[in-house]
Amino acid sequence: MATNNRKAELGSLRSPRDLKKIIDLVLRLGRKAGAEETEVQLDETIDALTRFANNAIHQNVAEHGVTVSVRTVVNRRTARATTNRLDEDSLRHAVESSLRLAHSQPQNRELLAMPGKQRYRTVNRFSAETAAVSPETRARAVKQACEVAIRSGQVAAGIFSAGQSQLALGNSRGLLATHRQTHAEFSITMQDHPAASWAKANSGDVAKIEPLALARRASEKAKMAKDAQELSPGKYTVILEPAAVLDLVGFLFYDFAATALEDQRSCLNQRMGKQLFGKNIAIVDDVYHPLQLGAPFDGEGMARERVRLVESGVPKNLVYSRSSAKKASKKPTGHGFALPNEYGEAPMNLVFGGGDSSVERMIAGTDRGLLVTRVWYIREVDPYEKVMTGMTRDGLFLVENGKVKTAVRNFRFNQSLIELLQNVQEMGAAVRTTAEEAFEMVVPAMKVTGFHFTEPTKF
Amino acid sequence: MWDLTAVALETAKLRGAKYTDARVMHLRQRDLTTKNGQVGTLAESESIGIGVRVLVSGAWGFASTDQLTREGVARCAAKAVAIAKASALAKRGDVKMADEAAFIDSWQAPLEKDPFEIPLAAQLDLLLKADAAMRTVKGVTLTETDMQFRRIDSWFASSIGSEIHQRKLISGGGIAATSFRESEIQKRSYPNSFGGQYALAGYELIESLDLLRHAPRVAEQSVALHSAPQCPETTGTLLLDGSQLGLQIHESVGHPIELDRVLGQEANFAGTSFLTLGKLNTLKYGSEIVNVVADARLAHGPGLGTFAYDDEGVPAQCTDIIKDGRFRGYLSNRETAKLIGLSRSSGTMRTESWNRLPIIRMTNISLKPGSGTPGELVESTDDGIWMETNRSWSIDDRRYQFQFSTEIGWEIKGGKKVRMLKNPSYSGITTEFWNSCDAICGKEYWTLWGTPNCGKGQPMQTMGTGHGAAPARFRNIKMGTAFSGH
Repeated sequence: MATNNRKAELGSLRSPRDLKKIIDLVLRLGRKAGAEETEVQLDETIDALTRFANNAIHQNVAEHGVTVSVRTVVNRRTARATTNRLDEDSLRHAVESSLRLAHSQPQNRELLAMPGKQRYRTVNRFSAETAAVSPETRARAVKQACEVAIRSGQVAAGIFSAGQSQLALGNSRGLLATHRQTHAEFSITMQDHPAASWAKANSGDVAKIEPLALARRASEKAKMAKDAQELSPGKYTVILEPAAVLDLVGFLFYDFAATALEDQRSCLNQRMGKQLFGKNIAIVDDVYHPLQLGAPFDGEGMARERVRLVESGVPKNLVYSRSSAKKASKKPTGHGFALPNEYGEAPMNLVFGGGDSSVERMIAGTDRGLLVTRVWYIREVDPYEKVMTGMTRDGLFLVENGKVKTAVRNFRFNQSLIELLQNVQEMGAAVRTTAEEAFEMVVPAMKVTGFHFTEPTKF
Repeated sequence: MWDLTAVALETAKLRGAKYTDARVMHLRQRDLTTKNGQVGTLAESESIGIGVRVLVSGAWGFASTDQLTREGVARCAAKAVAIAKASALAKRGDVKMADEAAFIDSWQAPLEKDPFEIPLAAQLDLLLKADAAMRTVKGVTLTETDMQFRRIDSWFASSIGSEIHQRKLISGGGIAATSFRESEIQKRSYPNSFGGQYALAGYELIESLDLLRHAPRVAEQSVALHSAPQCPETTGTLLLDGSQLGLQIHESVGHPIELDRVLGQEANFAGTSFLTLGKLNTLKYGSEIVNVVADARLAHGPGLGTFAYDDEGVPAQCTDIIKDGRFRGYLSNRETAKLIGLSRSSGTMRTESWNRLPIIRMTNISLKPGSGTPGELVESTDDGIWMETNRSWSIDDRRYQFQFSTEIGWEIKGGKKVRMLKNPSYSGITTEFWNSCDAICGKEYWTLWGTPNCGKGQPMQTMGTGHGAAPARFRNIKMGTAFSGH
């Protein structure tokens, strides 16, 4: 989409030279204060978000902030202090706070020395056009989307956001990693009383977001969502649109952390290497995938690696921080969180292997089932069987004899994610998907049998 | 800080703002956790900046910056004005606000012991001892403890003449033991799940929790749950402890009464509400013993929703939400109050930080106590299930249908707790649930629980809310559905 170039008004990220200056200053302050090792993480964000409801903008915000986070090590003790004040006195105070915290605890004999210089693959995820999106550009797009609603007698609500961010990590052993990227997001709910539907897109490049098309799609679907019928609870074949798949499976991936298995809080305990899911399920964590965003390094500064988590339905590999890798005699995979922390690591760039079907073909091939637009308020009921509860939202439809027949009142589900991934009959192409509960992933639409709906709601 | 807020007000006025408020906030936080006898997180952070909200051409704009110089603040105010002008490109009417007086005040929440003055080693020592006490129990596979302290200073100034400084200190902490055996993970937490209890208080809160005394019990119960029978799938009498009831209030009363949701302003993310305007003063929300207030005043207690003024400069108030079972009030701000014809905001605009726009949030949404003891509640129940400590929570986007599960349950037969039950859950429709309430315990058993993790808004903001509750009983409730078919 078209944007105007008003960079000066929007502000810009600090230069690489400025970042390096701050990092060098903190490392110097760390040495002076007696730290054996010092690590500095610098995060800078410029973000703006226009929010609309009742067919008009009602909130419109912008922020520009930077934080400097310092971790020091002394005598096998480590701690972190963070500030958003960049003057030398404040940075010195952060270094001293980190040291004071570090000194206050018992020794950790398992604490590893900080890593030295690393090599990273180059990723280019900065779009100048996205960084330059102005409030007027967002307002005009919102106005067009609201006009779609007004023409259809509907009520629109949503957001249009765009921003840029950068991350720099350096330590006293010579490690230096930097990354900058942009992001844009448009989300719209069309209310056609008492029904509603929804569409959303997210990308590193605003040109790939089409607010008007999303508005039209949500509007059409809201019309279809009217006159919802109540169905009996039970097990149904479901066609899950990518957003519904994303928010469900999003709860699975912290279980792929080696630390989660070591803590015996993962559903993969005693299940690695076994046929846990259907043979059609393949999942990798791949920050380098063209539909992914994110830095090519983790919170410890290790290069992120592509990890095959699930092959032919068998959980094959975990992700490792440096510490969990050492304990398991493995190599770190570049998925560690910034230290100190108790969770270790997690895969953050999930990519599912898709299939050759599509939502339309799944509908056409279904005798009786439910089409799910998205799900909402998902929480874990059983951490080992991975039973999740939640609600359908913004468009649940009965499919009969290959066609969408009618809208259906929303259901509560209590569904095991393990069973869900055992019962996938068809998949569409994997696409970059955004919803509300999980971070963005590359997932396909799925047709799943035996999905367990337990209670309907009132709408 | 007042010189900076003055720059913001003056700049915005010169650029055409009809109303401006500016808030400098300085937040300081300490986080401590342990896991399996080792220190986990050990961190402190501070953040300071200013947020400027302006009304120009009848539309809102907001900008924030951490550049706390006169030039930086002026640029931020100018940006807020530019954003408001862009908002006006897609407006459908001019924003109007209910009248409010100007206040010049300074307020500090009371505390006995400043946690930032307590030696860190002492705080860690307590957590490590509690962690060790849980690990003495055979069968425990994961132990976790945590403390969090947060000091928030805010300097609020508005173009109607208010200048309000507030200082709040929030403390929280808790412990949890997890046991993995065969194909089951069971967990017990104290005094509440997801981090424990939180309050507008100092280190005295942590001391009052007596974590060491409870650690062995928590650990033993996490192991014992493996041998307990499954909570049956049934419809019957449900008794809830105060902490679970606090979350029930949060989800099925606190959120639906937010007037921004009711008016569709949250439709895209948090959702809307079944409490449409026609239901005010007419809907029978609960049984006659159900009385709920939204009370931000210190007199209500040191809750996470306690303050002297909200982030729009409106004084803390107590609003009847449900009185004798009847729905009586919403949570409003100056804009939404005006929209529905109220004379004044109920004072519920709150913001997470300097870089977030204030939005309508719960304050302390509390169920007033009834009478009697938890023991009497059990004794007067012939057949029921007692559930305590939340494990999962979910409710639809209009706040009708909910399902909760808890960490532990107890079967009640003939007025006695006869055996432990694992994997308890219950579900229902909000108004049917509250209309089935037939007993609430007395004031001595009423606790103002802190919920530190309420998410709302875009960009997302996390806010602490308070929920006073005593154990209570509900009839004819569907239980055990969450695990049916698994």
